[in-house]
Amino acid sequence: MDNNTKNTGQVDTLVQMRGLRFAYGSRVIIDGMDIDIPRGKVTTIMGPSGTGKTTLLRLIGGQWRPQAGSVHVDGQNVHTVNRRELYRLRKRMGMLFQSGALFTHLSVFENVAFPLREHTRLPEQVIHHLVLMKLQAVGLRGARDLMPTELSGGMARRVALARAIALDPMMIMYDEPFTGQDPITVGVIMQLIRLLNDSLGITSIIVSHDVQEVSAISDKIYMISQGKVVGHGTPHDLGRSPSDWVRQFMNGLPDGPVPFQYPAPGYLDDLFGIA
Amino acid sequence: MIVVDWLQRLGRNALFFLQRLGRATVFLLQVLAGIPTIIMQPRLLLWELYSVGVLSLAIIGISGLAVGMVLGLQMYTTLVDFGAAQSLGPVVALSLVRELGPVLTALLYSGRAGSALTAEIGLMKATDQLSVMEMMAVDPLCRVVAPRFLAGVVSVPLLAAIFSAVGILGAYFVGVGLLGVDAGAFWSQMQAKVDLHADVYNGLIKSAVFGLVATWIAVFEGYDAVPTTEGVSRATTRTVVHTAFAILGLDFVLTALMFGGI
Repeated sequence: MDNNTKNTGQVDTLVQMRGLRFAYGSRVIIDGMDIDIPRGKVTTIMGPSGTGKTTLLRLIGGQWRPQAGSVHVDGQNVHTVNRRELYRLRKRMGMLFQSGALFTHLSVFENVAFPLREHTRLPEQVIHHLVLMKLQAVGLRGARDLMPTELSGGMARRVALARAIALDPMMIMYDEPFTGQDPITVGVIMQLIRLLNDSLGITSIIVSHDVQEVSAISDKIYMISQGKVVGHGTPHDLGRSPSDWVRQFMNGLPDGPVPFQYPAPGYLDDLFGIA
Repeated sequence: MIVVDWLQRLGRNALFFLQRLGRATVFLLQVLAGIPTIIMQPRLLLWELYSVGVLSLAIIGISGLAVGMVLGLQMYTTLVDFGAAQSLGPVVALSLVRELGPVLTALLYSGRAGSALTAEIGLMKATDQLSVMEMMAVDPLCRVVAPRFLAGVVSVPLLAAIFSAVGILGAYFVGVGLLGVDAGAFWSQMQAKVDLHADVYNGLIKSAVFGLVATWIAVFEGYDAVPTTEGVSRATTRTVVHTAFAILGLDFVLTALMFGGI
């Protein structure tokens, strides 16, 4: 990457993906994707299940390696930097997994303290204060002594969010943050994402298929299908998109370019073996 | 056709085995590279020593006692026919220190601690705990696997020593306490016949090798498990089965090298 691009990337675009291609064996998941994630904004990647949304987050985090293309985060190509640089970059990224992925042998307090203990030499008193501040931000200061098994799904995600912001990252990636949550929890998580993004000045990347929720909090949405970007823009732009695919997804229509049936041989062939 | 199919299947299985062996070797080297970091964080190692070693003490102690008592009884009934009942001490001690102690300890360790290590690491993988650690710039091989591995390697020789010691006490109880073997002969003959270097040290080396192999298999199977309920279940089973084969096979090789004059 030349200096101009790098400088531009640092000012406007935090994450830049170009010509990204990823396949599991012969099954292509992402096929030539270009995505720009603006710094300081909430950007959502939307698409039906199984279209590679979570894969994109893993590629951004450098956990998986694409077959082609590049992912630059804050000007650094995550797949060409050495391990030390990658880990340094990851300290500035937070990721909220769909399940929360809390450490089940640690209490809520210790889960949030984990990255601080691993990466800093702060005195215990300071760690204590920082953890309580993070838990206060997600409304769970009172749950500090609970174990993960004692938390509801929504609480677990909020604790995971507190842990993800423990090191004050430059960006947070949310993997399906609303899935399987009750309406109150969805509202709480939506508010938290927006609030943390604005108050901490971080960049948020959400992967989701919850149209209403992400439309309410996103600055920009990318819609993906069959490994490609099929539309992008503000929620307002996408709401008025002429694309059949975008309209079908945004309005949850059963009929449209996205087929209901998974590819299969003819129905009669399957039932009666008729050629 | 049947022969061709059979050869194809054999080739596929051989390639699969070699692939896994290669992955396991790279994995082992990566874990070994993480051990210096763990030595600097003794708290992690101590916890795992407790979890892997101390919590195995009960099963090792009880099994050692039972094996020693049975061994004492069986050996006495054979030796007494030859008028050699006074040799009970060295026979039991050599059997335990050279063979039964290291082998049975490793098998029991695999069933109690090895399977638990596989299940724990496999479930951490299935619930994204390893992934989230990676995303927090913490290497799970160093933070999760290395302390468990080191704890296993350190624990097994100690557990084997305890197994053998308790087994000898069990044999003493049966031989001297119940069957009337002379206590002085039991201990003095044992002292005379059991060599520190040839028997005790070789037994310890054996159990250290078994500890390394059993823990290596356990942590690798957990780390390499398919991250599903069934995948973790299969990995746990593989840990116990593969460890048993590896221990018994290695035991023959090590015995041949140490005591067989090969």
